[in-house]
Amino acid sequence: MTIVASGRTVTSGGCGRRLRLPHQPMLRHLVLALGGALMLFAVTSAVGPYTDYQIGQIGIDAVAIAGLTLLTGTSGQISLGQGAFIMVGAYGAGMLFVHTKLPIVLALSLGVLVSAAAGVLIGLPASRLRGPYLAGMTLALAIGLPAIPVEFASVFGGEQGLTVTPPVPPTGVDPQRWLTWIVLVAVLVMLVLLGNLVRSRFGRAFRAVRDDEVAAAISGISVGRTRMVAFAVSAAAAGLAGGLLGLSTGGVIPDAFSVGLSISLLAGMVLGGTGSILGAWWGAIIIVYAPQWSTTVSSGLGLRQGQSSNLALLFYGLVLIVVILVAPDGIQGRLVRLWELVARRMRGPGAGAGDGGTGSETRAGGGGSADLETEDQETREAAT
Amino acid sequence: MQRFVDLTLNGVTNGMIYAVVALALVLIWRSTGVLNFAQGAMAMFTTYIAATLIEHHASYWLAIAVAMGAGAGIGAVAERVIVRRVETGPALNPVIVALGLLVVLEALAGIIWGGSLRSFPAYFSQLGVMVGHSRLAFSYFDLYVVVSIALVLAGLVVLFRFTSLGLRMRASAFAPDVARMLGIRVGRMFTLGWALAGVVGALAGALVAPQLLLSPNYMDAIFIYGFTAAVVGGLQSPLGAVVGGLALGLTLAYVGGYLGSTLEALGALAVLMVVLMARPRGIFTRVGERRV
Repeated sequence: MTIVASGRTVTSGGCGRRLRLPHQPMLRHLVLALGGALMLFAVTSAVGPYTDYQIGQIGIDAVAIAGLTLLTGTSGQISLGQGAFIMVGAYGAGMLFVHTKLPIVLALSLGVLVSAAAGVLIGLPASRLRGPYLAGMTLALAIGLPAIPVEFASVFGGEQGLTVTPPVPPTGVDPQRWLTWIVLVAVLVMLVLLGNLVRSRFGRAFRAVRDDEVAAAISGISVGRTRMVAFAVSAAAAGLAGGLLGLSTGGVIPDAFSVGLSISLLAGMVLGGTGSILGAWWGAIIIVYAPQWSTTVSSGLGLRQGQSSNLALLFYGLVLIVVILVAPDGIQGRLVRLWELVARRMRGPGAGAGDGGTGSETRAGGGGSADLETEDQETREAAT
Repeated sequence: MQRFVDLTLNGVTNGMIYAVVALALVLIWRSTGVLNFAQGAMAMFTTYIAATLIEHHASYWLAIAVAMGAGAGIGAVAERVIVRRVETGPALNPVIVALGLLVVLEALAGIIWGGSLRSFPAYFSQLGVMVGHSRLAFSYFDLYVVVSIALVLAGLVVLFRFTSLGLRMRASAFAPDVARMLGIRVGRMFTLGWALAGVVGALAGALVAPQLLLSPNYMDAIFIYGFTAAVVGGLQSPLGAVVGGLALGLTLAYVGGYLGSTLEALGALAVLMVVLMARPRGIFTRVGERRV
């Protein structure tokens, strides 16, 4: 298995493309984000407050999963501690919301910074580890961290947590809708930043380290530092999710950041498609709606009260197993394949293969999808 | 002083339990190169089975035996049906699949037995033994825990050192291809390794259950401590697992006793971080070279 991280040789593949996105990553991601923003604006304006709330939750989960997918899919590390970093961001921003009158943007950014700093701290040993070691360590983090606000109740409010007062909307805007807009804007900004990072020198270094540490080190990449940067970035994305979660749910309680949260995010990532930011949205949609569906199913099955959360858990567990066994590239991977199949058919026989201009922002072909064609030609992967 | 002695005794008893979980992890890691994240959940599931039997008036020993048998069954099925399919793929896949198994088992336990806490009988007295006029933090039950785990450890040593089956299992783990050429059913040895780990884990689950209460995730923290112990010991070495378990048991007992019991999991995290920064391969293994 080799990878060659060559320079910026942008080849103009896919001349038959109808919908053409700019090649320049920054521009391309901005266009995608603007398109997404317009679509979300239209949708959120058309639906009721509860759906607005759910769309906000989807955005929050999407940014948390996007951080995870960058870590796992692009840099090849696995973390079960995404929930813990969400908690760090939630308390970081939440304390500022409660005790200061800082503007939301500033409080959220500081929460992100705190979370990234925590990521660096945890990433110190993590940068030297691979596979199960990191997974176990981050699992310890996810189990251990919720004890801190309970132990230091005078600072963090104990079991009751913090109460965050929602921002006051401009007149004429529904408060819930306003909240959702704030959430979505923050999420899209973060996703654009993540998307650019994946396409930058750092992203190429992530992939190089993922595919072959030794080759990466020979090419002059500092393996440990690259891993740590990936870890910190992933924690930063989780931190934003945390700050937004506190804002949109009106509070921060330690119970919300159980191991189950980390597990559900991991399941969302695997289901959506490891390594894909667009896939993060599919995963987020499913983990936001899974509890609702499982309530329906559990009452349909006549299960006892309170069993629906177990049913959702069962679903996540089965997703982790079945998706890895059957379709390791997840929903996004399958969609891309379907699209390529359709595009090839429509272009007629003999049209060039290997052109995947489908509009997915990043498909680094992570954990288990060695046969995915990488969209950008900067990194070539020889399938194992 | 009394407090220190009590904490030390507590630490040793708990350390033995962490050691046996660590040992189960090492068994599987050595034979198949998979870190079994579902080890704790498997033990939880078998302990629920034992608790159900005891509630239906089965004897304690029968219940423990059935639990251990169920542990063997779950371990073997997990290896044969799920893990074997992902062993050859990317390195992260076994981790994700094992996590999936963990979640499935916890969810199933919640659905079958409900989320409410249950107690698990201790069989022996959990009251501390009287020495002179003070009561030590060491009961007959603790003695039973320590002795039965010591017996299991001894049994495993005998199995791996002195029996032909143990030799075949070691050969399969060490050099599967060569072992296969020599006529060993390597796949079967792997399945057996998982089954054995399931048995050992089931014992750990039943021994730790009386001091905790049964809930679908009561083994989560114990698993983390076992994992930490295994990493401290280097994940490869059974002796390292035992020493790591005892060391961690003592450390956590002092952390819990002097700093606050809710901080124990973070104490384990701190131990993990220090060990992994100082010696990423653990204390008991020689550094292996990686050929490129």
